[in-house]
Amino acid sequence: MAQHQVNYASSAGLPIALTTVDHLVNWGRSNSLWPLTYGLACCAIEMMASGGSRFDFDRYGTIFRASPRQSDVMILAGTLSKKHAEFARRLYDQMTEPKWVISMGSCANTGGMFNTYATVQGVDRIVPVDIYLPGCAPRPETLQYAMMMLQKKIRRESANMKNNTKQNLRLI
Amino acid sequence: MRKYVPKDNVQGKAYYTDRFHVTPSVPKENVASDEIFAKQLAAVEAKMEVLSAHIQLGQMVIEVKAEDNYKAIETLKNECDYAMLSEMSAVDYLAKDGNFEVFYQLLNLKERKRMRLVCRVEQGQAVETVVPLYKSANFAEREMFDMFGIVANNHPFMKRILMPDDWEGYPLLKTYPLHGDEFASWYEVDKIFGKDAREAIGPEIRDQAEIERYDTKRFSRVGHEVPFGADISEGEPETPIEYSKTLLVDYTKGTKQLDKRK
Repeated sequence: MAQHQVNYASSAGLPIALTTVDHLVNWGRSNSLWPLTYGLACCAIEMMASGGSRFDFDRYGTIFRASPRQSDVMILAGTLSKKHAEFARRLYDQMTEPKWVISMGSCANTGGMFNTYATVQGVDRIVPVDIYLPGCAPRPETLQYAMMMLQKKIRRESANMKNNTKQNLRLI
Repeated sequence: MRKYVPKDNVQGKAYYTDRFHVTPSVPKENVASDEIFAKQLAAVEAKMEVLSAHIQLGQMVIEVKAEDNYKAIETLKNECDYAMLSEMSAVDYLAKDGNFEVFYQLLNLKERKRMRLVCRVEQGQAVETVVPLYKSANFAEREMFDMFGIVANNHPFMKRILMPDDWEGYPLLKTYPLHGDEFASWYEVDKIFGKDAREAIGPEIRDQAEIERYDTKRFSRVGHEVPFGADISEGEPETPIEYSKTLLVDYTKGTKQLDKRK
């Protein structure tokens, strides 16, 4: 049986890549962001379009998961009513660490045009938000861009989530 | 941001103060002018006292006592062919008349007629449910309870329908503030984190155009530029506004005659 022998010194380079643990872990995390299938209002239509074939989230490794236990990202897409706030927070709590939140659209960011008694005036009142995505509703390209910004953010972060400021700012 | 003013007397006040303004009103016709309606009204009057009746916009409006609502609708359904309850709810006339108007909008498919049965209820007074007659009244009566606090007796499932079960207050009352009372504004915080978290989270920002005076990170200050993130709460350095010295159009120079014919 022929033995394949590699002369490391004379070949095109060593088959070794040097990197840091942070870089490696974040490379993995940022390229397999699995958002929760969780639509609240009309923004969810744009979110669904982003997942569809035309805009194709899958090419970022972004695959919607139907369970919070398997998700890394929560895209709060739409108006969050006060009645539902409790359940949104519960889903967030059920997600495993590390987890990120994208607040999608004006309603999720600030309450938007629903300046009323029944709407949460910005989802950052109940969950820590990483990316605020403006628009009413934001186009799928905007959501893709937000996802890419989140990837950038993750790559900048420490792999040890305890070192990240967001975790320290978290309320509970 | 518009300041909130208490709306307790909002119905008592005239909306227009212009003395030439004439409040538009829809003319009321006598029920006798319509044969079918007159017959239907007679059927109701045979059973109970009718407080008022007229025709407005081609629809008959009958007012009965709140205790008679079930009997009246039963008569209208069984004897006058009103097969559908298209809508029912209440109107808040607390400030104007001191009571609610509960209305039932009925549709007769056979004779192509619509009518409205109204009754007045005091605050805290309940009405009899009409769910045994019309299934559509089920959710409508729950919504009436949710929004006005008017209970429908013998309803199969008298519970709030839109607001959370532990909600306080009835949002469709004219006196209920649009931005919610204190309970409403802290609802999600109290529920999720508890009352202790109120201070950490802070009150709701209702002004969408709010600009924090001393925030130099998110807001630029035109004409008074300061470094990014500078603390200016103790007063800010004076930065005089500098204009460009080169004028784009110098009007002091001699006028150039464009049209040589003059």
